[in-house]
Amino acid sequence: MNTMHLPIGESLNALCAGLILICAFAIVGTRQVQGVRQFFIAQSSLLAASCFLLAWDEHVPDLWWLGGITVTAKVILIPWVLKRTLAPEFYIRRELSQAINIPSSLLLSLLLAVGSELLVGPIASASGNLVIQTNLPIGLACLLIGAYSVAARREAIPQLLGILAMENGAFLAGIAIAPTLPLIAELAIAVDVVLIAVIVGLLTRTIEQTMGTTEAAALSELKEETVEWR
Amino acid sequence: MRETIAYNIVQVLFVLCFAPLYSGVLSRFKEIVQSKRGPSIFQPYRDLWKLFHKDEVVSSETTWIFRITPYLVFITPIFVTVLIPVLTDYPLAFAFMGDMLAAGFFLGLAGFFAALAAVDTGNPYGPMGASRTRMVGFLAEPVFMIVFFTVSFVAQSTIPYIVQQKWIASAAAFFSPAHVLLLVAFLMLILAEGGRIPVDNPSGHFELAMIDESKGLEFSGRGAALMKWGGQMKFLVLACVFLNVLLAPWGLATGEHVVQVMIAIPLILVKILIFATVLVMIETSLSKLRLFRISEFLGAAFIASVAAMIVSIFIGA
Repeated sequence: MNTMHLPIGESLNALCAGLILICAFAIVGTRQVQGVRQFFIAQSSLLAASCFLLAWDEHVPDLWWLGGITVTAKVILIPWVLKRTLAPEFYIRRELSQAINIPSSLLLSLLLAVGSELLVGPIASASGNLVIQTNLPIGLACLLIGAYSVAARREAIPQLLGILAMENGAFLAGIAIAPTLPLIAELAIAVDVVLIAVIVGLLTRTIEQTMGTTEAAALSELKEETVEWR
Repeated sequence: MRETIAYNIVQVLFVLCFAPLYSGVLSRFKEIVQSKRGPSIFQPYRDLWKLFHKDEVVSSETTWIFRITPYLVFITPIFVTVLIPVLTDYPLAFAFMGDMLAAGFFLGLAGFFAALAAVDTGNPYGPMGASRTRMVGFLAEPVFMIVFFTVSFVAQSTIPYIVQQKWIASAAAFFSPAHVLLLVAFLMLILAEGGRIPVDNPSGHFELAMIDESKGLEFSGRGAALMKWGGQMKFLVLACVFLNVLLAPWGLATGEHVVQVMIAIPLILVKILIFATVLVMIETSLSKLRLFRISEFLGAAFIASVAAMIVSIFIGA
C-alpha cells in the first residue's frame, strides 16, 4: 500500500488528478459565477497538463493533439465565449442561489468522491496500471460532482460549467483507460462539447435578453401573462 | 545524550527569541506591501519589554483561572517545541515523549484556558471572542484529525521526526497528491489557528469584529506580555511544523556537532522568512471572511484533507 516510490511521471499525473478533484469541489463550493469560471479554467488546464504528461510518458502522439484541443477549447475558447456573450453575469458578481447550501453540498460531493472510489477502486487496481488507478476513480468522482452541481445550481451558466466539468471528468478517465483511442473519436467528443457550449451560451443570452435573467428557477413559468419581468 | 538535551534547550531558546521577530517581520512586510512604512521589525520586542515593566491589574472578581492562563499560554508552545524538529533532523532527547497529537493537545489546552479566562472576567467582549474562537476551533479540529490520520497512514508513525523523512525520500513522494493536498489543508489550518486574514484580522482593533484578539483584552502588564509572547510562539511553532515536518525539511542540522546546529539557525530563519513572504502575499490578496463564511473556508480545508486521505488510501501515493 505504501508506494512512496512511484515513478515521477505517474506521480505528477496523480498530482494533477488530485488537483482536478479539488477544482471539482471548488466548482461546487464557489458562490460567484466568476469564481466557478476560474476554477473551471484551472481544472481544464490541469486536465491538459495530465494529458500532456500521459502523451510524454506513454509515447502516444494523439494525446498531444487532445491536450492542445483541451487548451484551445476549454481553457481559452469556451471561457472567452461565455465571458463575451454574458459579460454582465460575470461582472455583477451576484452570489449564486443553490438548492442545497454550500457546506452540505461539499459534504455530499465528498460522499460522491468516496463512493466512486469504492465503486471503481477495485476494478482500477485490478488493472495494475497506476495511471488507471489514479484517473478512473477521480474521473468518475469529477463526473458525479459535475452532475451534482448541475442539479444543485439554479442558474444557467454554472449549470453549463457543471456539464463541462462532467465532461472533464469523463475525459480524465478516458485518457487513462484508452490512451490509444482513435483521435477522430476524441475529436468528435471535444468538438461536440464546444458546439454545445456555444449553443447553450447563445441560447442563454437570448433568454437573458427577453426575460432579463438567466436564473433557471425564475424561468419556471413561461406563459405570457404570468411572466414576471425582472 | 547530553548534547541532545542541550540542543533541545537551544531549540526552545530559538523559539523564545525569534517568535517576536517573526511577528515583527510579518507585520512590517505587510505594511510595505500596502505602501506604508510600518513599525520596525523589532517593535514586538519593545512591546514585550514595555509590558513586562508595567503594573498588572487583575480584577478582584476573577478566579485562579484568570491568573494561571498567561503562564499556560506561554508555556505550552515550549512543550510543543521540545517535541518537534526545529533545528535538527534527528530525534532529540524528548522527541519520543509525545507525537503530533500530543502537540495538538498542548496547543488545545492553552486555547481552552484562554477561552475560560476570557469568560472569567465578565467583560462582554471576552466571552464573545472566546465563543468565536471555539467555533473556529471545532471546525478546525476535524481537519487536524484527518491530517494526522493521513500522515500516520503514509508514514506509519505520528512522531514528527519520522514523518519528515518520508516526504523527501524521493521527488515522486514530494509531488504525490496526498502530500500536496495535506499541505494545502494544513496551510489553511495555520491561517485559521493563527488568526490570520481570511479568518481573522490580526491588526484589527475593533472589538466587535475580533476573534482571536479579544481573549487577551483584559490582561495587562506581565499577563498581557506573556499572552502576547505565547501567541507569537504558537504561531512560530505552527510554522515550524508546517515547514520542517510537512513541507521542506531542508536546512536542518544532520550531524550532532555544535557547528552544524549553529549553522541550522540562520538557514531555518531564511526558510521562515520565505514562508512569511508567502503568508503576506496570501493575507494582502484576500479579504477577511464574514463570520459565517468561516465554516466554508474550514470546510474547504476539511475537503482537501479528506481528499488527501482518499488519495493516499485508494491510490497509495
